[in-house]
Amino acid sequence: MSAPNAAPSKASRASTDDLARTCSQVRRDIIRMVHAVQSGHPGGSLGCTEFMVALYFKVLRHDPAHWSMDGAGQDLFFLSNGHISPVWYSVLARSGYFPVKELATFRRLDSRLQGHPTTHEGLPGVRMASGSLGQGLSVAIGAAMAKRLNGDPHLVYSLHGDGELQEGQVWEAAMSAAAHKVDNLIATVDWNGRQIDGDVDQVMPLGDLPAKWRAFGWDVLEMNGNDLVDVLRGLDDARSRTGRGRPVAILMRTEMGQGVDFMTGSHHWHGVAPNDEQAARALAQLPETLGDY
Amino acid sequence: MNPFPKLDEKDTRSGFGAGLLEAGQRDPNVVALCADLTGSLKMDAFAKAFPDRFVQVGVAEANMMGIAAGLTIGGKVPFTGTFANFSTGRVYDQIRQSIAYAGKNVKICASHAGLTLGEDGATHQILEDIGLMRMLPGMSVVVPADFNQTRQATLAIAVHEGPVYLRFGRPKWPVFIPADMPFEIGKAQVLVRGTDVSIFACGHLVWRALQAAEALQAEGVRAEVINVHTIKPLDVAAVLDSVQRTGCAVTCEEHNRHGGLGDAIAQVLACHRPTPQEYVAVDDVFGESGTPDQLLRKYGLDTPDIVAAVQRVLKRK
Ligand SMILES: Cc1ncc(C[n+]2csc(CCOP(=O)(O)OP(=O)(O)O)c2C)c(N)n1
Ligand SMILES: [Mg+2]
Repeated sequence: MSAPNAAPSKASRASTDDLARTCSQVRRDIIRMVHAVQSGHPGGSLGCTEFMVALYFKVLRHDPAHWSMDGAGQDLFFLSNGHISPVWYSVLARSGYFPVKELATFRRLDSRLQGHPTTHEGLPGVRMASGSLGQGLSVAIGAAMAKRLNGDPHLVYSLHGDGELQEGQVWEAAMSAAAHKVDNLIATVDWNGRQIDGDVDQVMPLGDLPAKWRAFGWDVLEMNGNDLVDVLRGLDDARSRTGRGRPVAILMRTEMGQGVDFMTGSHHWHGVAPNDEQAARALAQLPETLGDY
Repeated sequence: MNPFPKLDEKDTRSGFGAGLLEAGQRDPNVVALCADLTGSLKMDAFAKAFPDRFVQVGVAEANMMGIAAGLTIGGKVPFTGTFANFSTGRVYDQIRQSIAYAGKNVKICASHAGLTLGEDGATHQILEDIGLMRMLPGMSVVVPADFNQTRQATLAIAVHEGPVYLRFGRPKWPVFIPADMPFEIGKAQVLVRGTDVSIFACGHLVWRALQAAEALQAEGVRAEVINVHTIKPLDVAAVLDSVQRTGCAVTCEEHNRHGGLGDAIAQVLACHRPTPQEYVAVDDVFGESGTPDQLLRKYGLDTPDIVAAVQRVLKRK
């Protein structure tokens, strides 16, 4: 079966300045969504904003208006660390997968924007439930294998937390991707050094992470996930390494809570919602560039 | 009148945290393990008091179950702590082989069970865990009703020999069981005496059952309310004694209608004393995000749902 090639999405001509403006709006969305329902995960969401914006507005070859579960002829993305749903929902809405105003339903009864992403309510852009950590890399490998079987040259991207890497299944998956030469896959790790109970180094150290991924047979590169220019460079580099017989891992250094000064520097804001005063202080640091939902 | 007035509002997981600390003080063999949810499980007090007896395993529940099983070989009494979903479904075979089949004295302590977990949604709201755990030979399943009882249950399982699944929840919830009310694993508690219907409930829904009994009294229905805090081993004598007097049963649980308290009671009734029964349980669907009260209402686990189930079952007598 031959797969059609997706037209590059319109936004792919976005300049770095455009992307930076989008980041500011996405961060506003994250704060406003989590504040409105007094629950959800702002820390990792804020830290992964540049990556998610660069991916959805520049790098992915996708067509939000013609979303389908199978995604034939398009690049796919899987969010394995499902708790950072706010940043994903924001970039999905703002890149055209569903109406931006639907962000106001986040975590409320009868919403498609569940606390953790799900296919159950049929939200466009989401192809797998996540939230229970450690399962997404296996799924991404399966989807990448399906693309290969279908003769579809498009890529599969995935994102994982660094705390999430403590789940054994991640390493079962890593081993299998190398064994099966799944070289149309780019897995990125949000290497923020934080998780719920504290710093990753205190909770359960990951050791020499680049060496671990290399030892599992992956082509490994690093980038600064909070520097848009470096994110674009890193994603470009990663793409150029696909198709060479090895899966590609990006170890992405980020700061949890990036963009809101008082949310950085610790694990505290992993899953805590700002109160009214904190939300106002956060929003004052983030210009409204594309219009609030 | 509800003979159990609301004393306070507290989360049952805090009852676990309080009980765990006390259990640790009483027995130096008590050890605790957690998978990156120390605060959520209220295990911080234990971790602080007994840093050498607390094992942080990171986000690695399967490994946690295996280490817990190993710790019993050497006389330790391990308590594992994570959310109910990651305490059961996530690690079912580790529990099955290394704990249940091997007969190891591990206490699997599970918070954020059921719909009342709230906004995190269905990925975290396990509604199948009672069923999964009660199917394992030798596993005890304890689902206490409030803060005080969760504290008592934690102390009780610490001195009970054999694997136990202890299920509790996230939200603040009425405290109504007096702190000094006797608690025994496997002994159901008749909270309200009645003659017309037996309402069997566990966990958060015991409070709702008490409210339903009060509402029914105004309609002239005298409901008996039984707190079935231990689903396995089930207090068969208490179940039969009650339905023998009332002639019908309603079961209430924050769980799928398949496999939970309702099915455990139905099995007893079918085998020993066929009796009309109605279920108040989630109707074989997954949950969703929302506030605990919204979810209990939408999924038919609220006080009016218990009243309606009683009215239905009374007609079938
Ligand atoms: C299987 C599983 N265990 C535990 C949890 C609870 N949990 C949610 S996020 C998290 C910490 C994850 O750390 P990391 O992946 O580094 O994410 P970050 O805090 O950086 O956003 C944990 C333990 C979960 N969602 N799934
Ligand atoms: Mg992290």
